[in-house]
Amino acid sequence: MYRDYILDHYKNPRNSGPLEGATHTYHDSNPLCGDELTMQLRISDGHVDDVRFIGKGCAISQASASILTEEVKGKTLDEVKAIDRDHVLANLGIPISPARVKCALLGLKALKGAAWGLTAWPGEEVKAK
Amino acid sequence: MAVTTRAESRLDVARIRADFPVLSQTVRGKPLVYLDNAATSQKPRQVIEAMSRVFEEHNANIHRGVYEFSERTTAVFEEARAKVAGLINAPSEREVIFVRNATEGVNLVAYAWGRDNLKRGDRIVTTVLEHHSDFVPWQQLAMEVGAEVAVVDIDDDGRLRRDQLSAELRKGVKLLAITHTSNGLGTVNPVKEIAAEAHAAGATVLVDAAQAVPHTPVDVQDLGADFLVFSGHKMLAPPGSGGVWGRTALLENMRPFLYGGDMISRVTISLTEWNELPWKFEAGTSSYVDAIGLGAAVDYLQEVGLARIHEHELGLVSYVLPRLQDIPGVTVYGPKTLEDRVGVVSFNIEGIHPHDVATIFDREGVCVRAGHHCNQPLMTRLGVPATTRASFYLYNTTEECDALVGAVHAAKKVFGV
Repeated sequence: MYRDYILDHYKNPRNSGPLEGATHTYHDSNPLCGDELTMQLRISDGHVDDVRFIGKGCAISQASASILTEEVKGKTLDEVKAIDRDHVLANLGIPISPARVKCALLGLKALKGAAWGLTAWPGEEVKAK
Repeated sequence: MAVTTRAESRLDVARIRADFPVLSQTVRGKPLVYLDNAATSQKPRQVIEAMSRVFEEHNANIHRGVYEFSERTTAVFEEARAKVAGLINAPSEREVIFVRNATEGVNLVAYAWGRDNLKRGDRIVTTVLEHHSDFVPWQQLAMEVGAEVAVVDIDDDGRLRRDQLSAELRKGVKLLAITHTSNGLGTVNPVKEIAAEAHAAGATVLVDAAQAVPHTPVDVQDLGADFLVFSGHKMLAPPGSGGVWGRTALLENMRPFLYGGDMISRVTISLTEWNELPWKFEAGTSSYVDAIGLGAAVDYLQEVGLARIHEHELGLVSYVLPRLQDIPGVTVYGPKTLEDRVGVVSFNIEGIHPHDVATIFDREGVCVRAGHHCNQPLMTRLGVPATTRASFYLYNTTEECDALVGAVHAAKKVFGV
């Protein structure tokens, strides 16, 4: 589960830190582990000009977010919206045990939230307050 | 010269282990090292068989049928209640109410006692060591009735700040809700002394003994509590079993918790009269087979002896604590001595998130809990999002402690820290 590739993204996260001029920001967390993740996008003309994330937490959540940011830079908003969980899990290239799936998908959840311009997931408005 | 260490247990652990079928299982080809006993315990054959016997030999609903099987099942169920009463030295079996777990027990008291006895401006004193089960019900009830919740802090060794507790009690208190033993750090609170002080301040005292009853002798009369709750599944019994003990005078004056079958004595179109204690609080068909399993678990624990179990677990703590603390980058939280603690060891490895730790441990066959342990206020107090927690029971061995230490080294190697 902890290939060098994952550990490298965890220890040297790509696109890490606040994004200047972000147009879309979404924060999400995984209270079970205490993983925290904020995904920031700068969108112009329907394209992701830049993306960065701020996070802390386990290797799986942080590496997954880091890998995701590399992938979405330059993509169209529609392409970002089309990324699904199977794609993210496949991208990690390692089997993820059921208890860790939430960790692996936290980056995707935050990215989608940002891409759709959400402030909270439907039904989770209370949590986001 | 032979040196006797605390780790040399007086328990016949090999014989005990033979009673637990699951302990001979392997995980990914490695022997199972089960160190998550604060979450739930494994079950001995004696408990499994006691439950199977009901299903195979005389299953029928309790308290209802006027036929032999129902009467036999009822008798075994009520015997289990007597066993539980004996275990905690309850003055009367009528004061022992079966519930699904400690959480349900606290909710029972919050609903059936709290809603009628706490009002606007009243103060509830509790501690940062509480499991969410003994915190959220009071927080929510306080919001509902306009009461105030004061949370007593710990010192850096994970011991309750007694000065602060006394100060909070002096400000006025209607209820003290306090854990006997911390599930996150293993700290044992001086409940007897605290209960006396709280009573002098006019409080009713609820003790969460979910981590105490399975591991140490607990005597409700000696403690001087008013309510005490615990879960069966942490003490060799099945999930779905647990208990609330309360003083008769309090229980008699409380409204029921749940309404329905079995908790009534007379129902007319216009009114209902309640059943006697304890059945007034046991609505509907109870988890009677689970309760019977709990009775068998009590027999097992008493045969081994809770004082000896406690001593055995402290032996394991005295063995593993220095070995963990010797590893660079390992921080142990909670008490560092053997005084007033149980076999719970919470720690972190610098540079590795507890969930990653637990995933790597799992590859070594070592089961531990990683997370907030239903202790989010405590994690906030410690300044960490989560910890890794190993928790021992009567069947654990020093070899398993070695496996734990080995797993820490394995995790450090994977992460290069």
